Amino acid sequence: MADRSLVHIAFYAALIAALGLVPPVAIPFLGGVPITAQTLGVMLAGVMLGPVRGGLAVLLFLFLVALGAPFLSGGRGGLGVFATPSVGFLIGWPVGAFVAGWIMRATSRMNILASAAVSAAFGGIVVVYLFGIPGVAYMAGLPLLEATYLSAIYIPGDLVKVAITALITQTVARGLPGAILSRS
Amino acid sequence: MISIYLQGTSWLHRIPAGLKLLAVAIASLILFQVKSPWVFLACLVVVAVCYASLGRQGVAQLKLLRGLSYFLGILLLFHWVSGTFLEGVSVILRLLVLVLAANLVSVTTRLDDMLDAVMPLFMPLEWIGLSARKPALGVALVLRFAPYMMQIFSRLREAYQARAGSTNSWKLLPPLAIQCLRMSDNVADALRARGGSEGLPR
Repeated sequence: MADRSLVHIAFYAALIAALGLVPPVAIPFLGGVPITAQTLGVMLAGVMLGPVRGGLAVLLFLFLVALGAPFLSGGRGGLGVFATPSVGFLIGWPVGAFVAGWIMRATSRMNILASAAVSAAFGGIVVVYLFGIPGVAYMAGLPLLEATYLSAIYIPGDLVKVAITALITQTVARGLPGAILSRS
Repeated sequence: MISIYLQGTSWLHRIPAGLKLLAVAIASLILFQVKSPWVFLACLVVVAVCYASLGRQGVAQLKLLRGLSYFLGILLLFHWVSGTFLEGVSVILRLLVLVLAANLVSVTTRLDDMLDAVMPLFMPLEWIGLSARKPALGVALVLRFAPYMMQIFSRLREAYQARAGSTNSWKLLPPLAIQCLRMSDNVADALRARGGSEGLPR
């Protein structure tokens, strides 16, 4: 792997960390469920970097969290977070970034806004919840259906992040086309 | 360095990082086989005593439970509704023990020591022709990038506030992304000029 790739991977890992520091926004019409910007970084890593580098960026981020960096939203970090019920989501993140990058590459003929939205929605929501919900069910000893109810309150917030991911990707494609590494 | 580590010289700080990691891993595996709430309660007492042995700072660490308590409350409600209240209590106690024990390792081990302890796990990378130094370099880069990005973000936000009056807008994100991406390209060039991740041959 080239050193340039390593820098890109570290860059997106740091972006996910920086987005975790952005204070959570409570959306009133969603019952005030706080949404954090962190998964936005996961979607961006996949969509911008492509499957392998995107997945590695998220893995590097999780590695830092495990080492004790307080990079998860709310200043959480350390090994403890991997024992909470949300561990499934954390495991789903790198896979989600991988899938998002893969779809981005597979749809490279499509309009970039649509392609980024589809990639982020599938990788960043479908795949992540596919890991997250069983994680909640297992760690919390709940049936899958109830774990789904418990997790579903975050989906509207995630849809907002899909839209933002698509818009950022389109803007970057105009301003700095070389940065869309998933398509170069 | 940014970390949840607590400065100190307690007996927990003196145990080698690798040993602590191994102990937590084994304890987690065992606790998932246990069902009785009394065992978890006993473990919880042991973990709490460990925190107390770190002094006031250690006890203050228990504040991390506040964020989790909301979720645990809902969890207990779900279990109560579906008629598995006792099981719910067990599950919650187990979660508390696991989270607190794992966190105990993190607050008593420096990030560098933790990195050193897990570096041997990256040795297999050498077998496929990659340097085991890369993950460590990646960690260092992230730790430098993250605060720098926050700096760029606050500069953009100040400029936006001066123009628009409001402080936060998603409109700040695209210029943030572009400025940060340029910065990362410069870092990549600088790294290459210095011989890449292997360094220059001596």
